[in-house]
Amino acid sequence: MDRRQFSKTLAAAGAASALSPFGILRAQSQRLKVGVILPRSGVQGFIGQSCQKGADLAPGVIREMLGVDIELMNADWESNVDTARTRAERLIQEGAHVLVGPFDSGAATAIAQVAEQRGVPFVINIAAAPPITEQGYKFVFRNFQTAGDIVRNGLALIGDLFRATNTVPRTAVFMHVNDTFGQAMARGIGAILPTQTQLPFKIVETISYDPAAKDLTVEIGKAKATNADFLLLVCRLNDAILLRREMVKQRWYPMGVISPGSPGMYEEQFFKALGKHSEHCISNVPWYNPNAELTKVVEKAFLKQNPKDKLVFHGLNAGFTFEAILIAADSYKRARSTEPKTLAEAIRQTNITSKMMLGGPIKFNAKGQVEGIGSACLQNLNLVPTVVLPQAAATAKPVFPMPRA
Amino acid sequence: MDPVNVANLALAGVLTGLVYGLMALGLSVIFGVVRVVNFAHGEMMTIAMYAAVVLFTTLGLDPFLAILPVALAFFVLGYAMQAGLINPFITRPEHSQFMLLVAVAIIMVNALLVIFGPGARSVQLDYLLESIELGPLLLDRGKFYAALVACAASAALFAFFRYTPTGRAIRACADNWLGAKVVGLNVKHYYAFTFGLGSACVAIAGCMMVLLVDVTPPLGPYYTLLAFVIVIVGGLGSMAGALLGGVLIGVSEALAGLFITPSAKSMFSFGLLILVLLLRPQGLLGRRP
Amino acid sequence: MRAKILLSILLLVLVFFPTFAGPYALSVATLILFFAYAGQAWNVMMGFAGQLSLGHSLYVGVGAYAAAGLYFHTGLGAWAGIWLAILLCMLLGAAIGFLAFRFGISGVYFALLTIAFAEFTRIGFDHIQWLGGPGGLFIKVEHRTGWDLVNLRGTPAMFYYVMLALCALAFIFCFLLLKSKAGYYWQAIRENEEAAQALGINTFRWKMLAVVISSAMTSVAGVFYAFYYNNLFPEQIFHISRSIEIILGPIIGGIGTLFGPILGAAVLILLSDGITEGLAALGWEFPGVKQVFYGLVLLVVVMFLPRGIWPALARRLGVGK
Repeated sequence: MDRRQFSKTLAAAGAASALSPFGILRAQSQRLKVGVILPRSGVQGFIGQSCQKGADLAPGVIREMLGVDIELMNADWESNVDTARTRAERLIQEGAHVLVGPFDSGAATAIAQVAEQRGVPFVINIAAAPPITEQGYKFVFRNFQTAGDIVRNGLALIGDLFRATNTVPRTAVFMHVNDTFGQAMARGIGAILPTQTQLPFKIVETISYDPAAKDLTVEIGKAKATNADFLLLVCRLNDAILLRREMVKQRWYPMGVISPGSPGMYEEQFFKALGKHSEHCISNVPWYNPNAELTKVVEKAFLKQNPKDKLVFHGLNAGFTFEAILIAADSYKRARSTEPKTLAEAIRQTNITSKMMLGGPIKFNAKGQVEGIGSACLQNLNLVPTVVLPQAAATAKPVFPMPRA
Repeated sequence: MDPVNVANLALAGVLTGLVYGLMALGLSVIFGVVRVVNFAHGEMMTIAMYAAVVLFTTLGLDPFLAILPVALAFFVLGYAMQAGLINPFITRPEHSQFMLLVAVAIIMVNALLVIFGPGARSVQLDYLLESIELGPLLLDRGKFYAALVACAASAALFAFFRYTPTGRAIRACADNWLGAKVVGLNVKHYYAFTFGLGSACVAIAGCMMVLLVDVTPPLGPYYTLLAFVIVIVGGLGSMAGALLGGVLIGVSEALAGLFITPSAKSMFSFGLLILVLLLRPQGLLGRRP
Repeated sequence: MRAKILLSILLLVLVFFPTFAGPYALSVATLILFFAYAGQAWNVMMGFAGQLSLGHSLYVGVGAYAAAGLYFHTGLGAWAGIWLAILLCMLLGAAIGFLAFRFGISGVYFALLTIAFAEFTRIGFDHIQWLGGPGGLFIKVEHRTGWDLVNLRGTPAMFYYVMLALCALAFIFCFLLLKSKAGYYWQAIRENEEAAQALGINTFRWKMLAVVISSAMTSVAGVFYAFYYNNLFPEQIFHISRSIEIILGPIIGGIGTLFGPILGAAVLILLSDGITEGLAALGWEFPGVKQVFYGLVLLVVVMFLPRGIWPALARRLGVGK
């Protein structure tokens, strides 16, 4: 806290205590300051800006919903972990009561340490590396699936998909990007797939590829040579586009392309770049429930702020960023205080049932991790990612095997 | 492993390599004459890629036709860059030149981010998804055309240096800077001209590259590094070397990806680079400095 | 005399800094000291001996992974890891230097060789599952209120003082190096290697010494990094942008000088944060604008102060180099 803020707080405290002997009013007359820390420039700039859209609409929606005023303090960590750390310190010094971000496991660890040292709650919107919530932190909370959860849900949905379409693929070739996320997913699949005996297929070959590669001819050539029934793919956006194009060029038509839980194939750019060739690709990802009440409210706010855009293209990024802020605001409302310890305690007691993303209520376990976040089977239909499973949230029926374009 | 598949992928490696070679050509020409390593090379190509995409989306101009206007614009840009920024640096130590061009690169990448945003841009042309059948082989159409352009552009550049008076004068400046000055050549003009030519090469490479990848602002540093690897392997300053280096890298990455693991394929490029540097530091086709 | 007074004042301010600075300022200061130290280490090779390395992230990364890996697998703390890191990096530096200098590689070619080794290692580490691969190496985070210097576990202020001590030691060490026989030989090699050789200086041996000292010093920065951040990813620590970050400081500050790396690191990081704050105050929050301004400042400095800021500033202050 710098001097200016210190005197401001002092004045506020003075005024409040004059009004109320117990100082309860003080908290509610203040606003909750949420430090939103995202990579809006640098290598991850694209995703950071996508997440930011979910943050920008939060104050309006939350005021309507909870009657709580929140103020966003935006920071860009520039896809650089050193910056993530100093920006987090800066936000706290500027008076942020809670931090939200950062879409990256490396940055999340750096920020988590700052939050822990300063005793300021930190709600992670997106970051899948399991160790983050295994460190015994008291102020770090994650409302996102760990890599293991993503894989487990993703594989279960693959089983549901085969049952729903009466198909029995026997073989898969598994391709994954060799970065932090891809590696965690590959480990998850290696550990979990053998236990899923109800799944009819086995992996005939695993191909890991360089996240920086700009030419994936060989990778697809290799995959095609396996003659597998379908492609199991853990990708990012740009490589997903390259891979899909290369499949068309090399005339490889497997039964389908299924992601057990990764970004890429449901993103707007994928449709823009590939047109009809984006059709029927499937991603099993943590997603919002299109039929939920809150989703409709958020969607309306989203369209108001981004008239030319669609929420569905920012579903995961904007959705979880919004929910992270919602968790903070809801806890603030219950705690009636911005005092960090009280706020952290309130976050721990969170039980939000009226939510946007799929799955059970938002409740944190002792490690600060939400369990039971759901995934959806998202298929590209008519150039829009459409929920086809689970049935309760579905707005269309799945198509598998994919027809030849 | 099926021999047809191996042949297919090796061929694809050759084609990709030729396009890489074209990109590296500009870097090599500039170093050969001006003796400055352009650390903003990949960033300049990214700008050319955006130019090609903008021409395509606004005017519907095919990237093959965009070559002419983009290359011309880049010639002017390159000339201005050398005349205005880099000429005062040619007598300065390498780290100073490095610093200058790194600053230029930072500005370029982020200016692109501010102007175009972080999303990928691409050109959608149906023929880019087609393949040419050559017996059992499948040839990527866009890549094939791009490789042809790479060969044509290199041949034109080669002819320019061999047969035109300006080309000869530039070679004189490269061989003997002081001598050229004594004879009364305007060395700074020729340096700027060369940088312009190198930039025009990059522009052509950029127009071809949009056929193969979608462009995003952070693409630049990746291609800068790739261009370095290629020109060192082929020989800094050698034009034929740049193409050869490109093909070697293209093919070795394809084979490494095929027989070892794809995620480590660029490790082999760097391994090749280290070997070449140690055994033949001037590069495969370079002259001893 | 004047120089000594100024130096004492600076040291005094730095020693008492944590008592009046907030945590944000402390984290920025720690970052400055980190880059000042790494820049100082790089400066031994480039500024003193004239060998341009663009791949110093290699030594930061190997140092960090050595110490963190040892801790992760055996529980041996930083006190042990630091020696392993230094040893590995000295061997690595010696190997690269030996190959390069034996085969007569210099100038731009040497610089590109160093990049190649760093990139080669980065991708290599992506395939070492034992050290986490691209998934990252996470070591146990401990929050202690006290100081445990032996294991590098403690408060942010402790990390600040560790970095400050490293910087001070590096400063004194480099001062002594410059005054030693090595310093004079390096200077001769830097100015004109052929002439130095003609004078009977064994240039190979002295260049090797510079590389080995520089790599050993840099590895210590890596050890610090590992225990400060508690997680490592090859993609981040070996990346070429980290090498560039390390060398921007000394180049901007003044290459070959003792104060250059320190001043350069301070100027760059304060500039970076300053631009962020300034743009926020103006309400210009377009991602990327900050870096454009940063690049412009670099451009102006390198154009108008070719020898860096420190030599110009030193003249103003009336102190020597």
